[in-house]
Amino acid sequence: MTLDFSSQLHYLWALLPEATLTLVALIVLVADVWQRGSRSEQSGRWVGPATIAGVLLAAAANAWLLTLDVPARNAMIAMDAFRVATNFIILGATAVGLLLSFDYLDREGLHIGEYYFLVLMAAIGMMLLAGSRDLIVVFISLELMSLSVYVLTGLNRRDPRSSEGALKYFLMGAFASAFLLYGIALIFGAVGSTNLALVAPEVARGAAERNFLLLAGVTLLVVGFGFKISAVPFHMWTPDAYEGAPTPVTGFMAAGVKAAGFAAIVRIVTVELAPAAPVWQAILWWLAVLTMIVPNIIALAQDSVKRMLAYSSVAHAGYLLVGVVSASALGRSAAVFYLAVYALMTLGAFAVVYVVAGKGDEAGTLSDFRGLGWRRPLLGALLVVFLLSLAGFPPTGGFVGKLYLLSAAVEAGELALAVTLVLTSFVSYYYYLRVIWKMYFEEAPERAPLAKPGVAYRVGAIAAAAAILVAGIFPGPALRAVERASSELVPRQVAPLETPVAPMRVSTDPAGQT
Amino acid sequence: MAMLGVFVALDLFLFFVFWEIMLIPMYFIIGVWGGKRRIYAAVKFFLFTAIGSLLMLVAIVVMVYLYYRQFGVITFAYNEIVQLPIARDLQFWLFAAFALAFAIKVPLFPVHTWLPDAHVEAPTAGSVILAGVLLKMGTYGFLRFALPFFSHAATSTAVVNTVILLGLIGIIYGAWVAAVQPDAKKLVAYTSIAHLGFVMLGLFALTSQGVQGGILQMVNHGISTGALFLLVGMLYERRHTRLIEDFGGIAKVMPVFAASFVLVGLSSIGLPGTNGFVGEFLILLGTFRKHPVAAFLAATGVIFAAAYMLPMVQRILYGKIDREENRKLVDINVRERIVLLPALAMILVIGVFPQPFLARTSASVDALIDQIEQRASRAPAAMEPVEFRFDRMPIYGIDVSE
Repeated sequence: MTLDFSSQLHYLWALLPEATLTLVALIVLVADVWQRGSRSEQSGRWVGPATIAGVLLAAAANAWLLTLDVPARNAMIAMDAFRVATNFIILGATAVGLLLSFDYLDREGLHIGEYYFLVLMAAIGMMLLAGSRDLIVVFISLELMSLSVYVLTGLNRRDPRSSEGALKYFLMGAFASAFLLYGIALIFGAVGSTNLALVAPEVARGAAERNFLLLAGVTLLVVGFGFKISAVPFHMWTPDAYEGAPTPVTGFMAAGVKAAGFAAIVRIVTVELAPAAPVWQAILWWLAVLTMIVPNIIALAQDSVKRMLAYSSVAHAGYLLVGVVSASALGRSAAVFYLAVYALMTLGAFAVVYVVAGKGDEAGTLSDFRGLGWRRPLLGALLVVFLLSLAGFPPTGGFVGKLYLLSAAVEAGELALAVTLVLTSFVSYYYYLRVIWKMYFEEAPERAPLAKPGVAYRVGAIAAAAAILVAGIFPGPALRAVERASSELVPRQVAPLETPVAPMRVSTDPAGQT
Repeated sequence: MAMLGVFVALDLFLFFVFWEIMLIPMYFIIGVWGGKRRIYAAVKFFLFTAIGSLLMLVAIVVMVYLYYRQFGVITFAYNEIVQLPIARDLQFWLFAAFALAFAIKVPLFPVHTWLPDAHVEAPTAGSVILAGVLLKMGTYGFLRFALPFFSHAATSTAVVNTVILLGLIGIIYGAWVAAVQPDAKKLVAYTSIAHLGFVMLGLFALTSQGVQGGILQMVNHGISTGALFLLVGMLYERRHTRLIEDFGGIAKVMPVFAASFVLVGLSSIGLPGTNGFVGEFLILLGTFRKHPVAAFLAATGVIFAAAYMLPMVQRILYGKIDREENRKLVDINVRERIVLLPALAMILVIGVFPQPFLARTSASVDALIDQIEQRASRAPAAMEPVEFRFDRMPIYGIDVSE
C-alpha cells in the first residue's frame, strides 16, 4: 500500500501502532472504572492480559508499517525502519515490563486500572518521541511520557519513599522540560521552523556562522535530553526516583524512558541537527565520559541492590552515549542494539530484585541476596544472566552490544572513549560480581520463604533471559536488523556554503540570515 | 570447554569470547567449593584477569579497524590479521594491551598476586585446571598472538629485556617465596610462578631451542604441577590440613603415595631423567645463545627449586611419625592411582625420550621464529593518516579539528 496522504485515513495508518495503544488505553480506563463500581477495590483479572494483548496488537501494526510505501518523508513523524525498530524496543519493554509486574501489583495492593492506563500512555509518549522529527512533537510526546511516569513513580502512595521519589522526579523533570522548551524556542528563532526536516540548510548556515541562537538552542536541547536519559551531571533525581518507584515501574522507566530518550537524541540531534555537530558532539563527549565514570564509582558503595541497579542504569546511559558521540552509522546501530538488550536485562534484574525484597520492599540489601542461588535456583540463574549481561560478559547480548559500541568508538577515532568504556566496565564488574557471590558463595540467612512467582512472571523473565542469550550467542540477525534500520537515517548533509563564513556573533534575526 | 576454545580459536573474536567465558566457571569453582578465603580469591582472580582482557579487547577492535581501513574488509580471522602491517609506535601500545592480558594470566612477576590466593583457595580439581590449562593460556597467547602480531615491538630490545627480567624475577622470587611457605599448597602455587618464569624466558629468547623448551615446559608444568596439586589434595582429604609441619614420616604408612610424591617433586626440580630437566635445559640452552647472563641467573633457579622442593618432600614423607593421626593414614586407593598414573608415566616418557614431542614442534617453531623476525624488520615506521586522538578533549564551541 502506498501512503501518499491523499485521504485523511492515511494519517491514521501512519500512526496505527500509537492509535491502537491509545484505543486500548481508553478501553482499559473506562472498563476498569465501570467494573470497579460493581465489585471490589482491585481491578478485574482480565485487565492485565488485555493490556498485553493490546501491546501485541500495536506491535503487529508496527510490523505492518514496514510494508507501507511512503513517498513523502518530511512529515512530523518519521516513517522509516528506525522508527519501527525503536517502536519494537519500546513495545517489547512495555510487554515484558507488564508481564513482570503482575506479582508485584498483587503483593502491594496496587492492582488498579490506572496503572495499565498510565503505562500505555507512557508507551505512546515514548513511541511518538522516538519517531518525531518536529520539535513541537518532541515536546508534546516528551511531556506525555514524563507526566505518566511521574504518576507511576508515586503510585504507591502509602510508601513515603515512592512519594519522595515522585516529587523529586517531577521537580527535576519540570526543570528539564523548561530547558528543552527554551532550547526549542531558540532553535525556532534561529531557523524559522520547528520541522527540522525542512530547515537543514538553515541549520548548516547557522552552525557555520556560529549563530548564537542556534548554538544556545542546541545546547539547551541537549541538556533537556540529558535530564531525561539521566546523564551525569543531570542524574541527581535518578537514584531517588528509581529507588522510590514501585520496582516494576523502575524497570519500565529505566528501559522505556531511556530507549525513547536515546532514540530521540539519535534522530533529532545526530541526524537532523548533524550540521551543528561541533556543538553537540563536544557536550555529549563530556557527558559520556562523566556518565561512565561517576555512577560506576558511586554504585560500588551501594548496599541496596535496587539503588545499585539505579546507578548502574545511569552508567549504561554513558555507554550508550559513546555510540551517539561516534555519530556514525555504526554508532547509531550500536546504540539501538544496546538499547534493546539493555531494556531486557534491566527489566529482568529489577524484577528479580522485587521478588527477593519481599512485601513492602523491606529486604533489598545485598545481604538479603545471600544463598539465593541455592534456595531458588531458577531465580538465581536468571539474575546471573541479567547481571553478566549488564556487566558486558560473553555469551550475553550485553557483551555483543558493548563490543559494538567499542567498535563505533574506535571507528570514530575516539580511543579515549573506548578505553574509558572498558575501564569503567571493569569497575562495574565488581558490584555485579558482589551480588553473584552473595547469591552463591554465602550461606542463606534465616528468613521467611520467598513468594512463588506466577506464570506471567516466569514467562516474562525466562523470555527476557533467553533473548539476551540469543543476542549474545547468535547476534547476526539482530545486528543486521538494526543496521538496516539505522541505515535509513542519513545525517543532514549540506553542500559547502558559497558565501564566506562570518565570525561568531549574537543574532536576534529569526532566520539568522542578515 | 571454553579453554579448549581458547586454544583452537583462529578467530580473534572467538578467542576473546572463550577467553572471557572461561572466567565464569572458574569464578564459581573457586567461590563455591573453595577454602576459607574463597570469595576474596575468586573475586581477585576474576578482576585481575578481566582488566587485562578488556584492554586486549580494545586492541583487537583497533586491529580489526586498521585492517578494515587498509583492505576494506571487516574480519577477525587470525590468518588475515597477522598479515596486517602496523606502525611501530602503535605496535607498542597494542602489544602492551595484549601483553598485559597474557602476563596476568601467565602470571609474570608484578601481576602474579592473584595466583597464590586462587590456587590455595580453589578445590583440588580447580587448582589442577588452573595449573594445567589456565596458566598456559597466557604463554600460548604470547606465542600465538602477541609475538606474530607485533613482531617489531615484541622483538625490540626494551621489551625483550623487560620480559626476560620479569621472568627472572619470577623464577628467583617465586622460588624464594616458595621456600618459606608453611602451607604445602601455597608452596606448589609459588613454584608455578617460577616455572612459568622459565617458560617466558624461553619464549622471549626467540631461539629455536628456547621456544621449543618453552612449549615443552608448558606441557611439563601442566603435568608435574597438576600432579603435585593432586597429591597435596589427597593429603588434605585425609587430614584436612595442608601445613607441612602437620606431617612427617608418612612414607611409612603411605608408601605408594610417597613414591609418587618423590618422582613428581624431582620432575618439578628438573632432575635429569624427568621431563622437567628436558624443558629447563632447552630453555637455558636457547637463552644462553642470546642472553648468557640471564641464562646464568635462571640456572640458579634450578638450584633454588631443589632448595624448596626437597625440604618439603623430606619433612612430609620422612623422619619419625610424631603425630598420632598420621599413623592411621591409608595409602592412596585405586581411583587415586588411576588418576596419577598417566602423569607419572608422562614424566618419565618425556624425561627419557622427548624426541617425538620435540620433532612435532620443531618445524613450526622454526617457521614461527622466521616469520617473527621477517615481520619485525618489515614493520612500517609510520602509517597513513590513522588518527587516533588520544588527546582529543573537545571544548564547547571550539572545533578542535580546525
